[in-house]
Amino acid sequence: MTSLTAESTRATKPPLWTRLPVVHQLRQSIGLQRGMLVVGLIITGIFILTAIFAPLLAPYGFSQLRGDNGLFGAQRAPSGEHLLGTTVGGYDVLSRVIWGSQTAITVMIVAVLLSIFAGVALGLVSGYFGGWLDRVLVVVCDAVYAFPALLLAIVMGIVISGGRSDLIGGILAASISITVVFIPQYFRVIRAETVRIKAEAYVESARVLGASNARIMFRHVLRNATRTLPLIFTLNASEAVLTLAGLGFIGFGIEPSSAAEWGYDLNKSLSDVSSGIWWTSLFPGLAIVLVVLGITLVGESLNDLADPRLRSRRAPGKTAGVVAATSVVPGGTLAAGPGGIDGLEADLPAYDPHPIDDPFEAK
Amino acid sequence: MTAVAVKPSAPVGGRVSKKKTSPGGGIGRYLLVRFLLIFPTIFILVSMVFWLMRTTGDPITAALGAKLPPDQLAERIQAAGYDRPIIVQYFEYLGQVFTGNFGTTISTNRPVSEVLLTYGSATAELVFYALIVAFVIGIPLGMVAAYWRDKAPDAALRVFAILCYATPVFFAGLLLKLVFAVWLKVLPVAGRSTIGSELQLQSLPSPTGIYTIDALQTGDPAVLGDVLMHAVLPALALGLLTAGVFLRLVRTNVIGTLGTDYVNAARSRGVNEFRLVSKHAYRPALIPIITVIGLQIALLLGGAVLTETTFEWQGLGFMLIEFIKARDFVAVQGIVALLAVIVALSNFIVDIIAALIDPRVRY
Repeated sequence: MTSLTAESTRATKPPLWTRLPVVHQLRQSIGLQRGMLVVGLIITGIFILTAIFAPLLAPYGFSQLRGDNGLFGAQRAPSGEHLLGTTVGGYDVLSRVIWGSQTAITVMIVAVLLSIFAGVALGLVSGYFGGWLDRVLVVVCDAVYAFPALLLAIVMGIVISGGRSDLIGGILAASISITVVFIPQYFRVIRAETVRIKAEAYVESARVLGASNARIMFRHVLRNATRTLPLIFTLNASEAVLTLAGLGFIGFGIEPSSAAEWGYDLNKSLSDVSSGIWWTSLFPGLAIVLVVLGITLVGESLNDLADPRLRSRRAPGKTAGVVAATSVVPGGTLAAGPGGIDGLEADLPAYDPHPIDDPFEAK
Repeated sequence: MTAVAVKPSAPVGGRVSKKKTSPGGGIGRYLLVRFLLIFPTIFILVSMVFWLMRTTGDPITAALGAKLPPDQLAERIQAAGYDRPIIVQYFEYLGQVFTGNFGTTISTNRPVSEVLLTYGSATAELVFYALIVAFVIGIPLGMVAAYWRDKAPDAALRVFAILCYATPVFFAGLLLKLVFAVWLKVLPVAGRSTIGSELQLQSLPSPTGIYTIDALQTGDPAVLGDVLMHAVLPALALGLLTAGVFLRLVRTNVIGTLGTDYVNAARSRGVNEFRLVSKHAYRPALIPIITVIGLQIALLLGGAVLTETTFEWQGLGFMLIEFIKARDFVAVQGIVALLAVIVALSNFIVDIIAALIDPRVRY
């Protein structure tokens, strides 16, 4: 969408900052949609700041068991000394919630970056060159995509860390496990865009002019194929947080002495709940919900704004020139739960529900 | 979007031949292709899981390495055939999976297929109830949101849908447990039934493992009530996750159909608004919903692993985590392979239903 916007507004040339991805959408949005976007941006901002300033914000260390007055004690109710109480293991809940944001954001960034690089590279090569490699990759990615994401992440977790891990190992294991789940999503989107762009006139002309495949791929195709990436990025960022928490919950977490992880804390609070101890589970859980909510609100708003059918109407003229069917996820980003971008085919009833080239089709 | 973009990549030859055949047995050929596609999907997933799990070493060392002296270990490895070249083991495993033999668990020494049968029914029951919850909550609310688009109900429901997605299943489960089981004490905390009912169910001549059906067989309303009470919270936790997705999906699709000419025509004929939304606008919006349900199966199965752990619901997910803890990778591999088969099959079934409902789906 950004490319279209840039083209259509070239005559008037608005200042650069208004054309930046999120800023542009913020100006374009109205009413409810703007509210959702703003709330999402605020929550996400708080999350990022918390992660950065965790050492300053947290009253204790994430693995600290004793303060000035000796041991914290286990399962203490919230009090002046421990605002959110202590866990069954004797850690301070508030500190672990704050430090947990750092773990979450690290895994999120590593996972999304890894999957963008791998997914984009594969999608570009597959879509551009086509042939048997393309078919094999499409079938493999479809198989992986159809598979329950969490199970795949579990298998990867076993492979990478054997199920238990220290800080770096744990973060890498979680990130790579999540990456494997995400690659098919980037692959599908980039491949589809590449196939479409490959047929454009400017690619033809570049080829006639003698441009190399690499140059066409990276300069002409890739640059135009990336418009949907910010959307998938936000989807996957929230999914990464959920997958990390899920992995932590079933015991692939990072050890409490190496880092704070919300899913792990929730798992340890499982037995507390039965005896009515609520503070050990409520706060880490709320942290997950808030972070995912914030990022999802941003992603959802960006997606809706990119889709003219979902965008709230406003006075004509202001949006002129930006109407292109660019929704990555028709039906909203929400369908993109841990199962992937399910909404991808949501409102295309006229087409095959599984948009792949059947290997049996081309005879 | 993907589907649209993929079309041009189909080879020209393939297209021509397709046109020739399409007037005849279109649907038969479509279903055949879909059916044949199940095999590569299962093959890829099973192979992937096999190779990934084997990179961690042989299963016997992983499970018993710390418990047995080296000579006994070597003996058991040899007895199980894990000392042979891995490629031989791979083909043997493929052959076994093909005949429904998933190996023998190391920790409990039971055939994996028996484990799958015993616990699979519990998972199936949970997923079934969760789907009902998702339908009952998601579909009517989606219609409500679409009808009052951009008004207060829509805004509230959209936030609800995002919250459904943003809340990890296990956190939702913990909260439900805390409120309904611990504080209000109206529903059981965990498990599938009380011990009393369990004994009655096990004394049945032919238990199905699906407790609701078994409870009906006993003819004792107390047992049935007990079993159903136990299913409420897990089904709610898992169902809410999917309900958000359905809500979003129904909303978007009904918004699309509400703007069509035939809905306007029906309105001008004096069809009342309720009927307008629930019949005229909703029916055509059903097909994308059905196709997405297929993809939701993967999400539900992943969520079931977490839900079962939260509620000690002794299904496949619960056992999966137990086997991971015991480092019994033969069992893990078997469960994951079975789930891959289920996902592939359910996608096929959804394809059939979609094709039967809408002739446009079969290209």
